[in-house]
Amino acid sequence: MIDVESLSCDLLIIGGGAAGCVAAVEAKERDPSLDVLLLEKAHIYRSGCLAAGISALNAYLTEDETPESFLRYVQRDTFGVVRDDLVLSMARELNAQAHRVEEWGLPIPRDEHGRAVKRGRASIKIFGERIKPILGKRVEAAGVRVLNRMNATGLATKRGKVVGAYAFNVRTGKFTAVAAKAVLICTGGAAGLYRPSNPGVAAHRMWYSPYNTGAGLAMGFRAGAELTSFEYRFIPLRIKDALAPTGEIAQWLEADQINAHGEKYLEKYYAHLGGKRMTTQDRLYATLLERRAGRGPCYLDLRGVNARKLEGTIRSYLSMAPPAAMIMSDEAYYARTGGEMAPVEITGGEPHVVGGHGLSGYWVDDNRRTTIDGLWAAGDVAGGVPKKYAPGAWAEGVIAIRDMITHARTQPGAPELDEEDVLAEKDRVFAPLESSAGLSCTDLEERLQKIMDEYAGGIGAQYGTSEGELKIARLHLERLESELSALRADDAHELMLCHEVVERVTVAKVLVEHMLHRRETRWHCYQERLDYPERDDARWTVFVNTRRKRDGSIEVLERPVVRAQIDVVLPSLNDGLGVGPRGEV
Amino acid sequence: MGIFVDEKACNGCGTAEEPMCVRDCPGDLMIMKANGKAMIRDNRECWDCAACVKVCPTQAIHMQLPASVVVRGVKLRGRALKHKTVWKIRLRDGTEKTYETPSTGKVPFTPAL
Repeated sequence: MIDVESLSCDLLIIGGGAAGCVAAVEAKERDPSLDVLLLEKAHIYRSGCLAAGISALNAYLTEDETPESFLRYVQRDTFGVVRDDLVLSMARELNAQAHRVEEWGLPIPRDEHGRAVKRGRASIKIFGERIKPILGKRVEAAGVRVLNRMNATGLATKRGKVVGAYAFNVRTGKFTAVAAKAVLICTGGAAGLYRPSNPGVAAHRMWYSPYNTGAGLAMGFRAGAELTSFEYRFIPLRIKDALAPTGEIAQWLEADQINAHGEKYLEKYYAHLGGKRMTTQDRLYATLLERRAGRGPCYLDLRGVNARKLEGTIRSYLSMAPPAAMIMSDEAYYARTGGEMAPVEITGGEPHVVGGHGLSGYWVDDNRRTTIDGLWAAGDVAGGVPKKYAPGAWAEGVIAIRDMITHARTQPGAPELDEEDVLAEKDRVFAPLESSAGLSCTDLEERLQKIMDEYAGGIGAQYGTSEGELKIARLHLERLESELSALRADDAHELMLCHEVVERVTVAKVLVEHMLHRRETRWHCYQERLDYPERDDARWTVFVNTRRKRDGSIEVLERPVVRAQIDVVLPSLNDGLGVGPRGEV
Repeated sequence: MGIFVDEKACNGCGTAEEPMCVRDCPGDLMIMKANGKAMIRDNRECWDCAACVKVCPTQAIHMQLPASVVVRGVKLRGRALKHKTVWKIRLRDGTEKTYETPSTGKVPFTPAL
């Protein structure tokens, strides 16, 4: 028999990554009497996106930058479709949260004036190899009740209100139902939707955490929460094979993007996309166009970078993406001679649904309340704010938990969960352990990735798709969904893997509806409709949102873009970027 | 993806509740075998974050990149100390490079980061 454990708390935090850890500490610091429970799928010392570490804080207001200038930067990058209110409230918290984590022990190098070392306009250098243990230990010291190894599977609801969540232990298989006055979801984005860059045993050599599989997005969808902008798929431009971030080289070493002929192609061919000042997605798009024009592959040019600085870069990669350090050290691979480095090949990874880099996630209000009562969202799972990165996740966690504390004080006590609901969820969750059919989670995962790659604009389709293909994706996903009940698991770890597939199929279904609805091409590669290749500002400067209807079908809604009143003089929004011909070369 | 445990060096973290690598792997991939040694369930599931490599008190774990992607043979070892992490990258010809990365506390500014 499977044990059922019932717990209750004041504030429940699902996901102990960047957002969850800082939110948990904030709650206990504000009110030590609050019972704060944190559910984490792995162990908070090394979980989520920060598990390997990070080498920069990419959302930090350096001197001369303001929340308003940060907003304008984000607006330009998304061609205006962005939640100004959310960007501003996040930006106002960025530096305070960065300094707070510095206090907890995160090493931030500072110059003789005490200023953090700039890597870009909104980016500073850090030594972040130990960032996750630093956050995790602070959470424990603050008196937060942490339950590691707990894979959350669903939200408990009562009369349309979220009253708790369900989870099982990935080691023991024990099932737990938690009742809470307020619930914060911060389970990250979704990797593994598309066929990955590397095959077989290297499939998880990817940029994003492969253990972030959209659990929170799927849970929210099933509970009827409104979701936004899944069609803005974030696709990282990465160092080939290592799939490690390029920012370290591009920003810190100021390396140029060059094509196979050694030409700085951003400036030379893509002035109409802004040249070197182009948007994030157009850096990837230009790289693709170069290849199509027969001038590929493309590189970041490291020739001439001094050896000492290069060694510093290897140390940075060790602190966030160790395989990149290994590859860059390897002469057989990159033909380093006499300390000089050959250009490093760059490529696009597979698309992700991730609200920390992109726009996709829960539709929330300024306090990060979702559209369901009792549920807040922060970090990669929350939408409307691209470029939040780790400091933005901290900021959102803090904003959400402050509102949750206020809300919890108005609640008489932890709600009672409905026993029937608990047992129904338990049956759903443990079905793969009882299954005699025996479909493996690997088979169905690969099928999901094949469908998405071929019909919904994966790497194999060079990110482009069209209505006909998306409708085939929709059909195949429906068939795939009908087979999920045949998934089989032999232990609790495999049960987690099965649910990770189930969650991703749900996220993929929602994603396809978003991609079908936006009939323009707003963000090259990220959202590339081959049948509607132009950007149409008049019609499509709107958010595309979805929510689950009672019959299980997906309702698509549009929400207007609301511009904040900014009373400082800033460069104009368009500034010539992204207008004009589509870069035929 | 490429985690290897040296069974001669692994002591299962002795009397600890669970081995450090079993505790820290973000993918829940490290397990204890019946002989008291750690192993990875499935290298396909590994993200190469090197959490297990750094935290292992006997340095029994190293990482390699898979032969399906790059020429095999470069090995990464590391050790998390209180204020720094010490890394060793061993190249195919046997030469070894050592790197140190600050990990907690205040760090001085140096132009060559």
